[in-house]
Amino acid sequence: MASTTFGGSDRGYDMSLWYDSKIFKVSWFAMLAAVGAEVVFQRVFGFSHGLDSMTPEFENVWMSLWRFNVISNIINASAILGWIWSTRDRNVANVDPKTELKRYFYWMMWLAMYVFGVYWAGSYTLEQDASWHQVIIRDTSFTASHIIAFYFTFPLYITMGVASYLYAMTRLPQFSKNVSFPLVGAIVGPMMILPNVGLNEWGHAFWFVDELFAAPLHWGFVTLGWCGLFGGTGGVAAQIVARMSNLCDVVWNNEDKKCLHVIPY
Amino acid sequence: MALFRTKEIIAASKLPPEGVKLSRMIDAIYFLPIAYFGVFATFHMHFDLLAGDWDFWIDWKDRQFWVTVTPIVEVMYPGAIMYYFWTFYRQPFGATLSITGLLVGKWITIILAWYWWANFPMNFVMPASMVSSALILDCTLLLTRSWMLTAIFGVWAFAMMFNPSNYPIFAYSKQPLVADGALLSLADYMGFTYVRTGTPEYIRIIEVGSLRTFGGHTVWISAFFSAFISMLMFTIWWQVGHFVGQSFFWATGKRGVKYRTNDVMIVGTDEYAQRHGTPNGIAPGASGRATLAEGKS
Repeated sequence: MASTTFGGSDRGYDMSLWYDSKIFKVSWFAMLAAVGAEVVFQRVFGFSHGLDSMTPEFENVWMSLWRFNVISNIINASAILGWIWSTRDRNVANVDPKTELKRYFYWMMWLAMYVFGVYWAGSYTLEQDASWHQVIIRDTSFTASHIIAFYFTFPLYITMGVASYLYAMTRLPQFSKNVSFPLVGAIVGPMMILPNVGLNEWGHAFWFVDELFAAPLHWGFVTLGWCGLFGGTGGVAAQIVARMSNLCDVVWNNEDKKCLHVIPY
Repeated sequence: MALFRTKEIIAASKLPPEGVKLSRMIDAIYFLPIAYFGVFATFHMHFDLLAGDWDFWIDWKDRQFWVTVTPIVEVMYPGAIMYYFWTFYRQPFGATLSITGLLVGKWITIILAWYWWANFPMNFVMPASMVSSALILDCTLLLTRSWMLTAIFGVWAFAMMFNPSNYPIFAYSKQPLVADGALLSLADYMGFTYVRTGTPEYIRIIEVGSLRTFGGHTVWISAFFSAFISMLMFTIWWQVGHFVGQSFFWATGKRGVKYRTNDVMIVGTDEYAQRHGTPNGIAPGASGRATLAEGKS
């Protein structure tokens, strides 16, 4: 096929057979817009309604947002994970190499969404939380900062991480019957940061350690965050590179498909 | 010799233009949205929760703990990232990628959170920079091609350069002033003006004991000690990079026994070289099976 659907120029091949980033771009900007809207909400209602958790306006404005965040994340997770599972490939062992290449691109885009969620949780809202607690002494675990950090961005990235894992299990032959050591680390480690919030809030309720952000109470977040290294700069990336390299050699260099079966499936 | 040998590498892959385009699209999806975002998202958390306070405030940037703690904590992640990019791809930019990523994450938060939400002046919460230290570290690895020599010389320079490279940024805050009869630095004065939750710890930690009577060499003692610990940290984190770089699967054998197995890149095998020829200067059989998982290259 001497045509292309990418960029409008004629390259002599059809990129759409192995690459399609439209949904990824829409999803990436949708996440940006969703978190951006919550950040703007904080700016509008933080100082006016978010200083005293005992007031009725805090209950109305901030706990309503907390309920919205929890419910919207449950719906989001159910929809995404349900769709991935219900549309799974029931003959994944016989997928065509070029289609598998396309699926690897889709998978990388799932991982990119996961990483973007980790950015909001581990980078932006984490340090924003430090800035808020340097101004406002907490009188609740559900602060104006936590409601967005712990109950919006954390479930969001966990959903994206589990979706990435499920996508690999249901679409990629190597992951369908085998368990990838680095992928487990990259998804489960950061996922455990949410349960670690329990330890965090328990400790803060007793000791008010906001004087020092580098307090040992916070180091659980650190060690679990290190597990992210398994992903983009660790074994998961190495697995992707190795598989896509072999798939390219099968598609374009006439290599035998035996090289695709070193990992059995 | 050209700095980059991209054309030779592409030629060695034997791929047609479509395959080459595919490999470039892997770069596009992988390097920015996954690798760069991933590094700076988790590195930012690591840094903030281990040394963040010294970086948050201008009055915490003292001659004792700031100079000691910051390089130790900032060399950890680059150690693992440098292992990954150097061992798998022979790319000597792991430290620069990590440190610049950290700065991007920090500045987004400084503008949107510290300044816009919490209303602190930006110069009061301005982060330190270790970009020049990272460049030295990466250059040491590139020139020596040895992680051990990098740990000894590169990391030493990484830590020792921290204070001098930040002094031009923060020197103004060290100017003395007298307020209500007390001699303070400008940074102290800003700190007492903007009372925060961190103020009590500031009073307990910053320049305690006889530090202010020790003259000008204190910062170099701190930097030297920091360099020593940073060297140890770098070697540990290079090994962390090795650990997280493992890419094995747990597979199930015919009798139900679980075993570990790694994928093999066919392009790195002797059989492939015999079938397709080799690039100039690389003989078939020069290396064994190329498994990314074992970090052989």
